[in-house]
Amino acid sequence: MIQYIYLAVLLPLLGFLINGIFGSRIKNEKVIGIIGSGAIGLSFIVMLGAFFQTLGLPVDQRQNIVKLFTWISAGGLNVGVAYQVDQLSLIMGLIVTGVGFIIHVYSMGYMHGDKSYWRYFAYLNLFIFAMMNLILGDNFVLLFLGWEGVGLCSYLLIGFWYDRKFEKGTTSEAAKKAFVVNRIGDFGFLLGMFLIYLTFGSLNFNDVFSRAVAMPIETSVFTFIALFLFIGATGKSAQIPLFVWLPDAMAGPTPVSALIHAATMVTAGVYMVARCSIIFASAPAIMTLVAVVGLLTAFFAATVGLVQNDIKKVLAYSTISQLGYMFLALGVGAFSAGIFHVMTHAFFKALLFLGAGSVIHSMHDEQDMRKYGGLKKYMPHTYITFVVAALAISGIPPLSGFFSKDEILWKAFSSGGFGYWLVGAFTALMTAFYMFRLVTLTFEGKPRFDEHNVHPHESPKVMTIPLMILAVLSIIGGFIGIPEIFSGEHGNVFENWLAPLFAPAQTKLMTYGNHSAFLEILLMAVSVIGAVCAILFARYVYLKNIRIAGKTVKASKGLYTLLLNKYYIDELYEAVFVKPIGRFSEAFLWKINDNKIIDGAVNGTASLVSVISNNIRKIQTGVAQFYALIMVAGIVAALFWLIISL
Amino acid sequence: MNEFYYIIPFIILAAGILISLVIEMYFTSSEKILPWFSILTFLASGFSALFLVNNVKVVFENMLMSGGNVNFFIFIFNLGAALVTLLSIDYIKKYHTYYGEYYILLMSSVLGMSLMAGAKDLIVIFMGLEIMSVCFYALAGINRNKLKANEASLKYFLLGSFATGFLVYGMALVYGSMQNTSLEYLFLNFTKFNTNILFLAGLLFILFGLSFKIAAFPFHMWVPDVYQGSATTVSALMSTGGKAAAFSAIIVSFASVLTVVNTNVFAPYFGAIAVFSMLFGSIVAIAQTDIKRMMAYSSIAHAGYMTIGLASGNSYGVSGIIFYLAAYTFMNIGAFGIISIVEGKNDTNLTIKSYAGLANKKPILAGLLAIIMFSLAGLPPFAGFFGKYYIFIAAVKAKLTWLAIVGVISSAISVYFYIRIIVLMYFKESEEDFVIENSNTGLLSVIIAVLFVILLGIAPNSVINLISYFAK
Repeated sequence: MIQYIYLAVLLPLLGFLINGIFGSRIKNEKVIGIIGSGAIGLSFIVMLGAFFQTLGLPVDQRQNIVKLFTWISAGGLNVGVAYQVDQLSLIMGLIVTGVGFIIHVYSMGYMHGDKSYWRYFAYLNLFIFAMMNLILGDNFVLLFLGWEGVGLCSYLLIGFWYDRKFEKGTTSEAAKKAFVVNRIGDFGFLLGMFLIYLTFGSLNFNDVFSRAVAMPIETSVFTFIALFLFIGATGKSAQIPLFVWLPDAMAGPTPVSALIHAATMVTAGVYMVARCSIIFASAPAIMTLVAVVGLLTAFFAATVGLVQNDIKKVLAYSTISQLGYMFLALGVGAFSAGIFHVMTHAFFKALLFLGAGSVIHSMHDEQDMRKYGGLKKYMPHTYITFVVAALAISGIPPLSGFFSKDEILWKAFSSGGFGYWLVGAFTALMTAFYMFRLVTLTFEGKPRFDEHNVHPHESPKVMTIPLMILAVLSIIGGFIGIPEIFSGEHGNVFENWLAPLFAPAQTKLMTYGNHSAFLEILLMAVSVIGAVCAILFARYVYLKNIRIAGKTVKASKGLYTLLLNKYYIDELYEAVFVKPIGRFSEAFLWKINDNKIIDGAVNGTASLVSVISNNIRKIQTGVAQFYALIMVAGIVAALFWLIISL
Repeated sequence: MNEFYYIIPFIILAAGILISLVIEMYFTSSEKILPWFSILTFLASGFSALFLVNNVKVVFENMLMSGGNVNFFIFIFNLGAALVTLLSIDYIKKYHTYYGEYYILLMSSVLGMSLMAGAKDLIVIFMGLEIMSVCFYALAGINRNKLKANEASLKYFLLGSFATGFLVYGMALVYGSMQNTSLEYLFLNFTKFNTNILFLAGLLFILFGLSFKIAAFPFHMWVPDVYQGSATTVSALMSTGGKAAAFSAIIVSFASVLTVVNTNVFAPYFGAIAVFSMLFGSIVAIAQTDIKRMMAYSSIAHAGYMTIGLASGNSYGVSGIIFYLAAYTFMNIGAFGIISIVEGKNDTNLTIKSYAGLANKKPILAGLLAIIMFSLAGLPPFAGFFGKYYIFIAAVKAKLTWLAIVGVISSAISVYFYIRIIVLMYFKESEEDFVIENSNTGLLSVIIAVLFVILLGIAPNSVINLISYFAK
C-alpha cells in the first residue's frame, strides 16, 4: 500500500470536489454524508495498509518516499510533490483519517437538517486533504501548502454559520481573528523556511536534516531557524502568545471544534517541531524556550479553564493547556512522548467535544453549563462516554491519558528538573478539577433548566456510536505506550517505533543520568492521588456544597474576575496592537498611502493606457489596402535596419 | 523499417479526409456522422503521433521529419482540432449552416499544419502553409449568407496571399544564395552565409510571411477583422493551430539561430516584433467592446510573448514556446468555446457586456471562463503562468532581461481586460435578458480544455522535461 499512499491524499480531495461541485444539487443528505465520510474512511484504510506494510519492514527500511511529480523546478530550488511514509507520518496520518472518519460519521447526525449540509462536508474533506499534505509532504513547501490549507479550512469552518451571532460579534469575526492570528505565526514559519533554504540550499526534509546532522552544534543560525519555526508553531497550535484565537474558534460547529481545534490541526505545530527535531535539538536555547512556553501555556490555560461557564470554552482552554504539555515534552527532548500525547489527546479530546456536541444538540444550542444539570438520566450513553474521556484527561490509570501525561511529566522531571514537574503536576490537578466541575455541572445534580419547555434526549445512534468507539480508544489507546518500568524487556513500544526518527536529535541532546524506578513510581503515584483528590473535591463542591464555590469567588474577587476575563489578554492585544495599527492603517495607509499615492498612480496609469488604447485603435480602419501598407512599412523598416547593421 | 511507418499520423489524416469526402457525398445524414468521424480521425492521428514520439527520423529524401517535437506538435494540432470539432456540432446546429465541407476543411487544414511542423525543406513548409491557408480562407467564409464572414474571408485571402508572396520571395532568395532548399543544409551551413545580405533578407522574408500567420505586429492587422467575422469555432482553430503551425515552421527554419550559440543575428528583429506585439495587443485590447475582437488582440499579445522565446535563441526559449503553444491552445479553445456557447443566433451576445451576471445564469460556464481568464492573464497555478514563466526565464538566461521586463509590464496591462470579464460575470447584474442554449458537446470540449489548463499548471515540469528532451 505504501506506493498508493497518494490515494489517501487524493480521496478526500475527490470527496471535496464531488460535494463541492455537485453538492448543492444532491438533495439527499445521506448521499452527501456517505460520500464525505466514505472518502475519509477509504483514505483511512489506505493509511492502515501502509502502516501494516511498514510494520513488516526491517527498521532501517521504514522510511519511504513516494514521488509523484516535480512541482516546481527553478534554479537550485527543486520541489516535488512527494509523500514521505515513515513512522511519524503514519502515526499522524492514522490519527487524522481515523479520528477524522469518526467525526465525519458523527457530523452526519449533528448537521442533520442544516441548510448548507453539502458545504460542510466539502469543507471538512478539503481540510483532511490539506492536513494529509501537511503530514505526508516530504518537503517544507508541501508542508507549508498543507499548513496554509488547514488554516483556510479552519477559517471557513469557524465562520460556517456566518449568519449567527457569537458572543459580542459574529462568527465571521471569530473566523477572521483566527485567520489573522494564524497569519502572524505563518509569517514566522515562512521566515524559517527562507532561512532553511539559505542555509541548506534545499527545502527537502532529507537533504536539510542530513546536512543539519553534519553541522556542528550551536551554530547561531539554528537558533534563528528554530525560533522562527517555533513562532509558526505557536500560531497554529495556540501557544502563548498567539493562543487567543482558539477560544473564539468555538464559534464553528462542534464537530469542527473536535476535528480541527482539538484532535488534528492544532497539533500541526507539534508535528512540525517533532519533524524538525534535529534543528531544534541543535538550538538548546530554543528548546528551553519551547519547554517554558509549553509549561506556561499549560498552566495559564488551565487556570482560565477553572472558571469558565460555557461548556465549549472549558474544553477550548483545556485543549490549549494540553497542547502546552505536548510542547513541554518537545522542549525537554521527549519527542515521542509529545507525539504520544498528540495521539491520546486526539482520542479523548475529540470524545469530549463530541460529547459536548451531543449535549448542546439536545439542549437546543444552549452552551452555558449553569443551565444544564442532571442530564445523566436523559443521555446515558453520552454521560458514560464523557466520564471515560474526563477520567482519561485527568490521568487516571489505566486510561490512555494517564500513560501519555505521566510520561511527559516524568521526562520533564528527569531531563528538565523538579520545577517543570511541579508546575506540570499542579496543572494536572487543575485539569482533573475543571473537567469534573464540567461533568458534575452538566450531568449530575438537579436540572437547572425548565423541564417543561426543554426536553433533553439521547442523540441518535449515528452520533452515539462514534462516541463509544472513541471511548474504547480513550481507554485502551495508552497501552501501546506503557512505560518501560511496567512493560519490562519490550520497553515502550510507541517510543521504540518512533526512535529511529528521533535518534539523530537525541544524540545532539545532552543526556541526563538515570533516575531510579522507585522515584518514577513515586511521582506517578503522587500525581494520580492528586488527580483523584481533585476529582472528589470537584464532585463535593459542585454536588454537595456549592456554597464553597461562591465563598471562594467572593474571597478572591479580583483573581476570579481576572480568570473569568482570561487575564484580559484579548483586551490587552486590542489596546496594544489592534487599535494603534488600525488607527495607523486608517489615517496613513488607507487615506494617504492607498487613496492618494497608490490609487493615484494606478488610476493615472490606467487612464493613460486607456487614452493610448483609444487612439491607437483608430488605425484599425477596416480597409484592407491600409493593412497591406502597414505590413510593407514594417518590412521596409526591417530591411533598412538589415542594411545599415551590416 | 519502412519509411511509411514513421508518417502514420499523416497517413491517417489523409485517409480520413478521403473517406470523409465519400461520406459527405453518399450519406444524407452526414451532419451526424462526419463530426464524430473526424474526431475519431483526429484522435487516431494524434495518439499515433504520441505513440511514435520516440522514433526521431528524417524520411523521404530529407523532406519530412517525424518523431520528437514534431509529433508533439501534431498531437497538439489534432487534439485542438478534435476539441474544435466537438464545439462545432452544436454551433452549427444553432446557426443552421451545415455544409459538408466544413469538417473536411478542418481536417485538411490540420494536415497542412502537420506538414509545416514536420517540414525539413522550404518547399514542404510552403506546401503545408498553403494547404492550411487555403482551408482557412474557405473556413473563414463558410457561412456564405453572412456579410461579415464574406468580408473576413476576402480580407484574409488578400492579405494572406500578399504575405505568402513575401514568403516565397524569401525562399527564392535563400535558394539563390545557397543553391539548396534543404533545411538541414541551411542548419549546417548557416555560419557560412550569415554575412550574405541576400541570404539574410531571404530568411527575414520567410519570417515575415510566417509572422502573418502567428499574428505578430506589424502583420496583425487582419486578425481582429477575421476573428470577428469568421465563425467562432473557426477563429478558435485559426488562433491556436494556425499560430502553432507557423511557430513550428519558424522554429525549424531558424533552427541554427535557436540552437547554435552566437548566431542569433535576428535577435533585434525578434525583439522588436515581440515588444510591439505585446504592448500593442495588450493596450488596444483594453478599448475593445466586442469579446472576439478582444480575444484577437489578446492573440497578438500572446504572439509577442512567444516571440521572446525566439529572441532568446536558446533551447530554453524553444521548449518554452512549445509549452506556451500547448497551454495557449487549450486556453484559447476554451475561451472561444465559451464564446460560441454564449453567442446567440445572428451574432448576438458577443459584446463584453453580455457576460455581466453570467455567474448567476450559468455558474459552471462562468467558473470555467474565470479559470481560462486567470490563465490567459498568467496567474498561477494555471498553464498560462508557466508558459510565460519559461519564456521569461529563457530571456533572462539569454541576457535579454529587458525583454522579460517589457513582457511582465505587458502582462500587467493585460490583466485588466482579462479580469474585467471575471468582474462582469461575478459582480455585475445582467443588463440584457437572453437565454443561453445548452450545448453538451460544447461544454464537454471546454471542460476538457480547462482540465488541460489546470493539468499543465499543476505539473508543468513533467511536460517541459519531455519537450526539452527533444529540443536538444
